[in-house]
Amino acid sequence: MSIVGKSAHSAKFRRNRWLLTAILSLYFIYTFLPLFYVITAATKSNQDLFSTFGLWFAADFQLWENLETLFTIQDGIFLKWMANTAYYSSVSAIGAALFATFAGYAFAKYTFFGKKLMLALVLGAVMIPQTALVIPMFLMLSNLGLTNTPLAVILPSLVFPPGVFLMWAYIDDAISNELIEAGRMDGAGEFHIFSSIAFRMLMPGFATVLILAFVANWNNYFLPLVMLNKPDMFPITVGLAQLYSTAISGTGGVLLFTVVMTGALVSIVPVIAAFLIMQRFWQGGLGAGGVKA
Amino acid sequence: MTGRGVKARPRNRVIVNKTIAPYLFLAPFALFFVAFLIVPLIYAFDISLYKKAMVGGVRFVGFDNYTKAFADPKFWEGVIVLFKFAFLQIPIMIATALVFALILDSGVVWAKAFFRISFFLPYAVPAVIATLIWSYLYGPAYGPIGQTARFLGFEAPDFVSPEWILGSIANIAQWQFMGYNMIIYFAALQAIPTDLEEASVVDGASAFAFATRIKLPMIVPTIIVTVVFSIIGALQLFTEPFLIQNMARSVINSNFTPNIYAYNLTFVGQQPNYAAAISFLLGGVIAVASYVFMLAVNRRKDR
Repeated sequence: MSIVGKSAHSAKFRRNRWLLTAILSLYFIYTFLPLFYVITAATKSNQDLFSTFGLWFAADFQLWENLETLFTIQDGIFLKWMANTAYYSSVSAIGAALFATFAGYAFAKYTFFGKKLMLALVLGAVMIPQTALVIPMFLMLSNLGLTNTPLAVILPSLVFPPGVFLMWAYIDDAISNELIEAGRMDGAGEFHIFSSIAFRMLMPGFATVLILAFVANWNNYFLPLVMLNKPDMFPITVGLAQLYSTAISGTGGVLLFTVVMTGALVSIVPVIAAFLIMQRFWQGGLGAGGVKA
Repeated sequence: MTGRGVKARPRNRVIVNKTIAPYLFLAPFALFFVAFLIVPLIYAFDISLYKKAMVGGVRFVGFDNYTKAFADPKFWEGVIVLFKFAFLQIPIMIATALVFALILDSGVVWAKAFFRISFFLPYAVPAVIATLIWSYLYGPAYGPIGQTARFLGFEAPDFVSPEWILGSIANIAQWQFMGYNMIIYFAALQAIPTDLEEASVVDGASAFAFATRIKLPMIVPTIIVTVVFSIIGALQLFTEPFLIQNMARSVINSNFTPNIYAYNLTFVGQQPNYAAAISFLLGGVIAVASYVFMLAVNRRKDR
């Protein structure tokens, strides 16, 4: 907004500012209340969860007791779920981001036979329903005896087509062809150009894909649900969902109601913290992909 | 920056040339793409042509599973649920995301960065956890929505009843994904050169007219992409109803959406062959829906 526009419509501008800020604040309340509910629920006893107002704390502050229950039920299985989630998602994310970066670089900076076909295949892959892939994958991996192993969750996650598109768009913009040509003139090999010039310049894009792949794996439910049936191999998503169905089926599991919310709290805090710390990357990167596509 | 580190080093190394380099860069992704995408698809197609025989092993039946699926009301009921859901959820989500992105981009409001970040944060919450949180909130006896309604003297509806269930699921999706779309639109709006903005302020265009008539049309390609991805996502609906099933057994049955149907056919009904056919048919429905949307959009543009 230029100064001319602002001073000419000063009163109107101020009125709009109030009105629009109020609208955004209402949506903020909607966004925030469910998260606030998790916090209050995690601090209550089961009895209070059902008898006190959901969106405020009860007189009896039970957070520490709930955390203790959460980390001790079934011999501390929740800690295992957390470790599993961290393990599966970090290995998958690093692998997926690296593969996507190499592939994105090939698509952005080279012309080669079969490029169009490969791009079309990768784009088409996004449309395939999860079940169409995961169920046959389960049948195949179970023939190989690989189900119920971390590999069953990690290997399929290394394919991350959105990452390829994002890196393609990012590299296309961030690295000029002249720079690569200059490298070639100096007699550098293609891998050398990539590792010593390009990789440094595509780091912000790489970081974005890394975060997105990490979140995608952290959030994944269907793949581990199908591939794993030993509770001590579950990631948090599958484990918590199972705790919840035990709690709600009422088979002596009523005590689990607050524990499920405590588990939800414990598992979203690190992701939200990571997002807040790394906001520079996802804000820029998501935009790059969207604008380009 | 340009020259440093690029100088050919005297060390002995394999110099890969321009022709094979792209294939080598693509190789790791392509290898896994084939192993975990192409091969499972071929395998699924293969098993979809067989049927478990009453005695011993499987029998080749050609496209029987597909003709059966085509005539299976349980599949089409699920497809209807998906379309109702998509028509309810996508327009609201895209519209709010656009309005908020335009507001934040116009710079009229206070605390822009705060709103931008906080609206996006639910995206970081796994769908499983978002669904658990909302199913607690929807709870008739203990959910705060019901409590508040009762305090104000009326009864909140049963959020997991047949009439409300799709709205309740759509709300979870709205909560999770609105901010994600908003961020993408916001970035696209920010990428529009600012000299355009100055020109139109001089022209006396009001901020509102400027946002809707000049900026909005410029991000239409971005909007189309996000809508296509939303359609694909909505038609694969699984996690939310699968979990809410726990509190609404009578409303969400074993074929509520085609993905839930395929899951149950495989792991409960022991019919992986038929499930594979159902999954392929759903893939076809998704492809057709995305294609029809693109076609409709292009027709509009040509006019």
